[in-house]
Amino acid sequence: MKETPLSNCERRFLLRAIEERKRLDGRQTYDYRSIKISFGTDYGCCIVELGKTRVLGQVSCELVSPKLNRATEGILFFNLELSQMAAPAFEPGRQSDLLVKLNRLLERCLRNSKCIDTESLCVVAGEKVWQIRVDLHLLNHDGNIIDAASIAAIVALCHFRRPDVSVQGDEVTLYTPEERDPVPLSIHHMPICVSFAFFQQGTFLLVDPSEREERVMDGLLVIAVNKHREICTIQSSGGIMLLNEQVLRCSKIAGVKVAEITELIQKALENDQKVRKEGGKFGFAESIAKQRITAFKMEEAPVDTSDVEEKAEEILAEAEPPPDIVSKPVLWTPGTAQIGEGVENSWGDLEDSEKEDEDEGGDDEAIIFKGVRMDVGVEVSNTGSQEAPIVLSDSEEEETIILEPDKNPKKIRTQTISAKQETAPSKTATKKRKKKRTAN
Amino acid sequence: MAGLELLSDQGYRVDGRRAGELRKIQARMGVFSQADGSAYIEQGNTKALAVVYGPHEIRGSRSRALPDRALVNCQYSSATFSTGEHKRRPHGDRKSCEMGLQLRQTFEAAILTQLHPRSQIDIYVQVLQADGGTYAACVNAATLAVLDAGIPMRDFVCACSAGFVDGTALADLSHVEEAAGGPQLALALLPASGQIALLEMDARLHEDHLERVLEAAARAARDVHTLLDRVVRQHVREASVLLGD
Repeated sequence: MKETPLSNCERRFLLRAIEERKRLDGRQTYDYRSIKISFGTDYGCCIVELGKTRVLGQVSCELVSPKLNRATEGILFFNLELSQMAAPAFEPGRQSDLLVKLNRLLERCLRNSKCIDTESLCVVAGEKVWQIRVDLHLLNHDGNIIDAASIAAIVALCHFRRPDVSVQGDEVTLYTPEERDPVPLSIHHMPICVSFAFFQQGTFLLVDPSEREERVMDGLLVIAVNKHREICTIQSSGGIMLLNEQVLRCSKIAGVKVAEITELIQKALENDQKVRKEGGKFGFAESIAKQRITAFKMEEAPVDTSDVEEKAEEILAEAEPPPDIVSKPVLWTPGTAQIGEGVENSWGDLEDSEKEDEDEGGDDEAIIFKGVRMDVGVEVSNTGSQEAPIVLSDSEEEETIILEPDKNPKKIRTQTISAKQETAPSKTATKKRKKKRTAN
Repeated sequence: MAGLELLSDQGYRVDGRRAGELRKIQARMGVFSQADGSAYIEQGNTKALAVVYGPHEIRGSRSRALPDRALVNCQYSSATFSTGEHKRRPHGDRKSCEMGLQLRQTFEAAILTQLHPRSQIDIYVQVLQADGGTYAACVNAATLAVLDAGIPMRDFVCACSAGFVDGTALADLSHVEEAAGGPQLALALLPASGQIALLEMDARLHEDHLERVLEAAARAARDVHTLLDRVVRQHVREASVLLGD
């Protein structure tokens, strides 16, 4: 199905927030979302979660005959699939542009940078070489697919073990995993992509854009760096115009970020290695118990509730007691009666309380405010009732005049929020009216 | 090719150029009569043809029309005889799609699309011989073709490739230098403002050297700009002579 378009207010909101250097999830400009790496039971299977974006990576190998012009090198094949479970907009026929872009970027990042030693994948020169195939599936799309995919690919490659092979003269023996332990691939370095999103024609940039931020961005710059600060790939996309300094600055930031991510990857690989060696349980099934793989867990943020009681008491002490409204029925004409003027319309309060907020410099106790407002409202209504009769209008669309404590403009009541004190008198009013009618 | 020296001790490259020297560029505009704009460029042995149709009505689905600007549609195809080995698929494979996307991105930024809402501009590029620097040749050819078609652009879009060998940045790589596997950078630049329309880099390059390579590519792109400028002026002069100005 077609992607739901982003509303203009959402777009404006996001852009304004970015101008004020605020992000929706509270991150700083250069912060990454939390990265979680979990491994499956087989070697070479892993899931990487970058915030809510999830990518599954699986590596497999096969003996094939090599390419004609590269007879002594193994073959690497990368494939990223955007499955429909990731986002409803990813239909089989509709995704070609994005898919091509992502696949080519991954290929260039991992193949051209020679992170894997392809010569070591050769078994018999010109006849048999290993073909390593990396399949990546996007499971959930919450922005920044390329970073998550590149991390998943490199982690899966580091985790993978291929069957051991020995060549004696003309004889080639392929050992099964039971006969001999499988052998890891020889990986020179780990290139990891870092995405920079540009907004407002390149004035603002964000690292690791989320899905919403991606929708409003002007362009994207992807820099793949390894931990030795060697740049493996740069790709700019979208309609942005860059300047030299921006590119250089981004490359420095990318270097820093990749160092952190590489550390995380090493730790995850070591942990998994340890668990397997000790004979503990590993795999995705374990992660289910820890609520990692299947459950969409919301991160719990601890809230400080130590002084809640004191604050509650403070609020109660400072708040005025609720106003007593004395009901005084007034008969205007036969069949029309009025009891009180109701509680002050608090819809207008939203504008008023904001104004008072600015004036008084932001008091946090909103509850106190309401108490104050209601009191003022009741006072005015009392004075009002002593003057000319207040017109009850049935129209719900008339504006309320903003109430200033100094002035007492004539208030037009629109809707009244039913307070508990009111319902009782109104019931008696109707009863009285009925009585009067019957009397008449 | 293990013994091939990309940069000799005296500073000469495989084809005798210096580190920052470009290959010989020859270009011609208005090569086809049917198209709105066309151009042919030769950068050393790399030969590229570009043809522009537009701005015209959107073909196919009207729903793709953008209400405030023109749609730019680019297609890249390399002839089956363009490389050393016979290529089986001239277009439709991933690499060609990617090239098409990158060309589109470059020209969407440079063409003043706001002047032609709800219309489409088609740019078709064909590579006849690929001897390194194909992206750069395509962009340069397409720039000339767009100018020939009379479509307003912000500025020339000039592109050049650059590499890094033995601590020196090389400009305008040939196929031999690209195949050697060192870092390669392709840069498309708007010369007047120095803004980068597209930046693409492959293979490992240490962060500290990035600035030098960028500089070399930018300088080479500016040199390309002078040449293209001369070609355009020559073409206009010829055309005005024919008109009996």
